[in-house]
Amino acid sequence: MKIAQKSIKTYLFALLALLSLTLQAKEPANSHDAGEVDTKEEVKDYIVHHLKDSHDFHLFSYTSDGQRKHVGFPLPVIVWSSEGLVTFMSSEFHHDDNGHVIVEKGGLKFTKIHSKIYELEEGAAEVAFDADHHATNAHKVLDLSITKSVFGVLLVGLLMFLGFSSLAKQYKKKQVPTGFGRVLEPLVLYVRDEIARPNIGEKHYRRFTGYLLTVFFFIWILNLLGLTPLGFNVTGQLAVTACLAIFTLIIYTASGNKDYWGHVLWMPGVPVFVKPVLAIIELAGHFLIKPFSLLVRLFANISAGHIVVMSLIAIMFTLKSELTVVGATGLSLVLSFFITLIEVLVAFLQAYIFTMLSALFIGMAVEEHDHH
Amino acid sequence: METLLNDFSPGLFIVQTILLLGLIFLLVKFAWKPILTSLNEREEGIQNALDAAENAKKEMENLNADNERLLKEARAERETMLKEAREMKDKIISDATEEANAKAGKLIEQAQAAIETEKKAAMAELKTHVASLSIDIAEKVVKGELSDKKKQLALVDSMIGDATLN
Amino acid sequence: MTVPNLVGAGLIVIGAGIGLGKIGGSAMEGIARQPEATGKIQTAMIIIAALLEGLAFGALFLGN
Repeated sequence: MKIAQKSIKTYLFALLALLSLTLQAKEPANSHDAGEVDTKEEVKDYIVHHLKDSHDFHLFSYTSDGQRKHVGFPLPVIVWSSEGLVTFMSSEFHHDDNGHVIVEKGGLKFTKIHSKIYELEEGAAEVAFDADHHATNAHKVLDLSITKSVFGVLLVGLLMFLGFSSLAKQYKKKQVPTGFGRVLEPLVLYVRDEIARPNIGEKHYRRFTGYLLTVFFFIWILNLLGLTPLGFNVTGQLAVTACLAIFTLIIYTASGNKDYWGHVLWMPGVPVFVKPVLAIIELAGHFLIKPFSLLVRLFANISAGHIVVMSLIAIMFTLKSELTVVGATGLSLVLSFFITLIEVLVAFLQAYIFTMLSALFIGMAVEEHDHH
Repeated sequence: METLLNDFSPGLFIVQTILLLGLIFLLVKFAWKPILTSLNEREEGIQNALDAAENAKKEMENLNADNERLLKEARAERETMLKEAREMKDKIISDATEEANAKAGKLIEQAQAAIETEKKAAMAELKTHVASLSIDIAEKVVKGELSDKKKQLALVDSMIGDATLN
Repeated sequence: MTVPNLVGAGLIVIGAGIGLGKIGGSAMEGIARQPEATGKIQTAMIIIAALLEGLAFGALFLGN
């Protein structure tokens, strides 16, 4: 069983490596995203581009024979257009991100501008832009593509499922896990004993431990994945953190008991005319502030981390003229090394804080008051 | 804020929701439930084992205490028995001594009484014997004295002389 | 980013920094006073710091 799983993992890894190596796309060098990143503006553009989701898995680019070559593999584009579901591979955009390449599928024209898929209006052959570089004859479509972030989520989901289901299977054979399970078990125990149990309370914590464990490992692994050169930025996507926060919101809304809602809507022990005001504040806290703080914190921390690490790496280019190549590279390596160490800590801390605040909010909702 | 909202991708949100729901469902079903159940079982097992060990220790302590108590009791019993025996021995000895003393005293008394009576009897016999002997002697002396006239006269004279002195 | 935006962001960061400093300082004092309550103090500190951080980030994004 174990050998079989190992071979599955090896196989997956080999497949990934093979995919990334074989799918080299040759593109003619064009003005915008082809040239090397050198100036401050280019660095900034590169960072902003990295922070966004992308429709292909791009590992690195290089120039040879006057042609810009991109190493990576395309990901499927799935959009809900005015004519229903349309799918094609992102390679059809030929790495264009400025609305120059137009893909025709089922009589509809699509183009990609700043990592967003646009559907052209009827009759338009080319995207027209206004002064603010907003498309005037195209509109955004609901983009259900397997983007890089979705790919990352799938990858992490698969890893988590394989890792933890194998840990679960180990317990069937004997009481103490072996191998990698020995690493996973204390983490599971940590979440259960340090996060779920003290914050939710002995009586109810069992119901929510599954969710908290999933969220904790999901965020943590994705945060760590974001620090690898693969260039994932999943937990730095507002949509992902918003989704996580809304899950927590739904859970603590659904599990709130009579006592909790009593405290939210009609706070006992305060004068009657204050009660409606407090109810508004509490409701805002419940439905807006708590989830908003959850989603913004995770998003901002991870985005900021990525920006800082990439800016420090970019010192290599931006300070080249002032510090010479060796000096700039050395400074950049030292600084980015230490900031990456801090980011590893932040990766854990943010997963911990998200999970703990979720547990705390759930704990507040299910807490039983016995004093009145 | 505007750029952020512009960057927010509803499609990604929907896909992420579906994937997260699936992930939670799968992990809860195939990973967390079995893991947490077996962890709980293991912890309960360990707790039970600890409790059992504690109980065994307590029982052992009880047993030891029992043994100790029994030993103490036995020792006390032996002590009392020894004490009783010693007392009895002393009593027997003292009783015997007393009796012996009493008997001896009695015997001595009897012996003394017997000696006294014997002595008295012997004295009485001696007295009678002496009396008869002295009478015999007196008879012989008188016979010898009174056989001569002169001597008789001398006797009378001395007797008269004594009588005058009185 | 315009100048008022940057000034606002700076103000937010100053405020958040003072707040975090106070939280951290008080937590340190508490730990020094009662080392046996370290775990509880740390948890409370992280929660409050996280709430403050959320507020600061919210303000930063609203202003941005």
